[in-house]
Amino acid sequence: MFFTYLRRELRRRMRQAVFIALGLALGVGLVITVTAASAGVKNAQGTVLHALYGVGTDVTVTKTPTAGSFNPGSFGFGFRAGTRTRPVAGTKINDNTLAASPTLASISSSSVTTVAGLHNVAAAAGGLTLNNRTISGTVPAINVNGGGFGGGSGNGGGNGGSGGGQSFRANFSTSSFGVAGVDIGEGELGPLSSGKLSAGRTFTASDANANVALVNASYATQNKLTTGSAIAIGNSSGKATNFKVVGIVSEPAGDNPSDVYIPLAVAQNLANLKNQVNTIYVAASSSSAISSVQSQISKALPGYTVTTSSDLASEVTGSLSNASSLANNLGKWLAIAVLIASFLLASLLTMAAVSRRVREFGTLKAIGWRSRRVIGQVMGEAVTLGLIGGVIGVGLGLAGAELVSKMSPKLSAVVGQSTGSATPGGARQFGFGGAGGGGGGGGGFGRNPGAGTFSRPGSASHTVVVHLSPAVSTNVILLAVGLAVAGGLIAGMFGGWRAARLRPADALSKVA
Amino acid sequence: MYKLSGVTKNYQKGREKVAALRGVDLAVEDGEWLAIQGPTGHGKSTLLQILGGLDRPSAGLVDFDGRDLAQLREAEVTRVRATSIGFVFQTFNLVPTLSAQENVEAALVPLHVSAAVRRQRAAIALDSVGLGDRLRHVPGELSGGQQQRVAIARALVKEPKVLLADEPTGNLDEDTRDEIIGLLEAMWRERGLTMVVVTHDSSIARRAQRIGVMKNGRLNFRPSARTQAAPAQAAPAQAAPAQAAPAQAAGRLQPPDLPAPDSFPADE
Repeated sequence: MFFTYLRRELRRRMRQAVFIALGLALGVGLVITVTAASAGVKNAQGTVLHALYGVGTDVTVTKTPTAGSFNPGSFGFGFRAGTRTRPVAGTKINDNTLAASPTLASISSSSVTTVAGLHNVAAAAGGLTLNNRTISGTVPAINVNGGGFGGGSGNGGGNGGSGGGQSFRANFSTSSFGVAGVDIGEGELGPLSSGKLSAGRTFTASDANANVALVNASYATQNKLTTGSAIAIGNSSGKATNFKVVGIVSEPAGDNPSDVYIPLAVAQNLANLKNQVNTIYVAASSSSAISSVQSQISKALPGYTVTTSSDLASEVTGSLSNASSLANNLGKWLAIAVLIASFLLASLLTMAAVSRRVREFGTLKAIGWRSRRVIGQVMGEAVTLGLIGGVIGVGLGLAGAELVSKMSPKLSAVVGQSTGSATPGGARQFGFGGAGGGGGGGGGFGRNPGAGTFSRPGSASHTVVVHLSPAVSTNVILLAVGLAVAGGLIAGMFGGWRAARLRPADALSKVA
Repeated sequence: MYKLSGVTKNYQKGREKVAALRGVDLAVEDGEWLAIQGPTGHGKSTLLQILGGLDRPSAGLVDFDGRDLAQLREAEVTRVRATSIGFVFQTFNLVPTLSAQENVEAALVPLHVSAAVRRQRAAIALDSVGLGDRLRHVPGELSGGQQQRVAIARALVKEPKVLLADEPTGNLDEDTRDEIIGLLEAMWRERGLTMVVVTHDSSIARRAQRIGVMKNGRLNFRPSARTQAAPAQAAPAQAAPAQAAPAQAAGRLQPPDLPAPDSFPADE
């Protein structure tokens, strides 16, 4: 009886039923589309962040060097700033120096242990980000005032050759590449974790003290390196050591990848930084523990920079973040508004329908139907409409998600743009060019064009292009259908409340 | 069956207080047929609704088979309606989307009868009002008289003690009216029903055993033609003025040549 009555009633009110169901379907469809698009944007963000950050790494700890603590002399070739000796003209110079990244202060290895021991920390690994600089050529036969060449060869200050330095031509070539010391014991963490091995092998435990290197794919292509090639890496006193390339890794484009990866212990030895690291990579035991891990580290290591992936997310700009805010703000509110409107519509139409059936319900009550049964009938009709609306809505939502994926194929994310000269990259350039200048404007080196640049990719902003593919999950579909049924329930409750309030006597005295 | 004493009913109509019933005393015996007449707005329908437990009196006692409908909880009154009281309305009040059979079945729904038994009983009830071949028709496909017969089948399918009818012929043309009243009379006679019929129509009222007239919220009785024609015979208990028997012998004065209910044409 219940279902017969329900079916007949809905068929009688076909137009209204279709209207209610479509209204709910529209709301539900929007919810699915927006949620899917939003999830797609999140995935895209994840891709970018993953590139920035590395899988498995939740928090990084670094320390900014205190002003002036950076020793510009670390860039030297035989004669160091501050030393008064000057190379004799004609001296051949071939200097290959490995030094810590000037933007990162050293952290004692014991801090890694400290961090690893904190609550909710799954693992912590130290890493050493280093710069390898090579200068080769012959000292020209011109006396240079005030500290010789100075360090002005940085691409920041030196290139211009401004100031009073005499101009001369020197046949020096300089090059630089980033070297990362990788903690082999914690393979899942650290700078290599976001990379993909494209050739050769990665480090094994037996490599801990070996002169082996992994090379980033782009750097390898640039320098024609393959597995088995040799690459020269300097040490703190300018002497080069040959490393065997055992593997090529592709680091994601959005990363700020080092060019060459060597075992941490080897890197510490070469750079004369025993028991020191300059980045700690931390994995939290769960994603919900990240913020507590962050605050614990801040407490345990005061004065350190503790960065989480969400901090990085806020630095992501570009159309990706536009899409993200679009999906999160406009999309969400639009979906909510339409949903509320459809709920209202369903409720009002259901109430109106009940009003028109006052006599019918009054009669049923008169012949002994309990209010509960009458309400149940009204609710049943409304919930059925909700279900139908939900099913149609899922279809609409999937179509909408498909449309979004067809219409907005590519999103770009710009990383690090907003940070300007305050970024480590900017500071590094300034520190290097300026401090190294010594005599001030020591004249430009005739730099060998294309021999390499000082600026590492990270110092500028980069753009990562990601494809936005909306993600529809089963949960979203269930939620959406649930919402539609809830819409039906709400409508049914209003209708039922109306039906319950009517007294059969009133209903029957309403003679049509 | 019924014993009403001092029943009043007041309505609030805007600021005005309207007294629909001003102290009604009434006893209806088992198997009695009572007609209630009176001008519109003088409390006929209100009285019927109180008899049917659709409304509660402002004061007074409404004893139905030993239970005071005025005091029972709503669920209990609903239960009494579901089991013991059948209603027939002026406007038929069938559910428009349900077939004749389903409309009749609706009366059995609260009694928790199995679907199969429900269908069977509904079919029998419809057959007994001459609509055995109209089970699957929806109200829209039936004439007014047929719809009212479906309503009568719906009222009687649960075999109630009492049938309450509010202007059952008010929306029908004259021929159909005679059919319906004949049908009601046949049912009353065959089933030993107690029947209270509110009507404007004196020709119908005259066929009842007793006629009550509602005026200004008060009920007065005058003997019906039936009572005058046939004094005390198979009287339903110790009823006061209404002593008439519901027998054919009691004299069916008008209309004299009413056809037997079974021979009613199903179509009209």
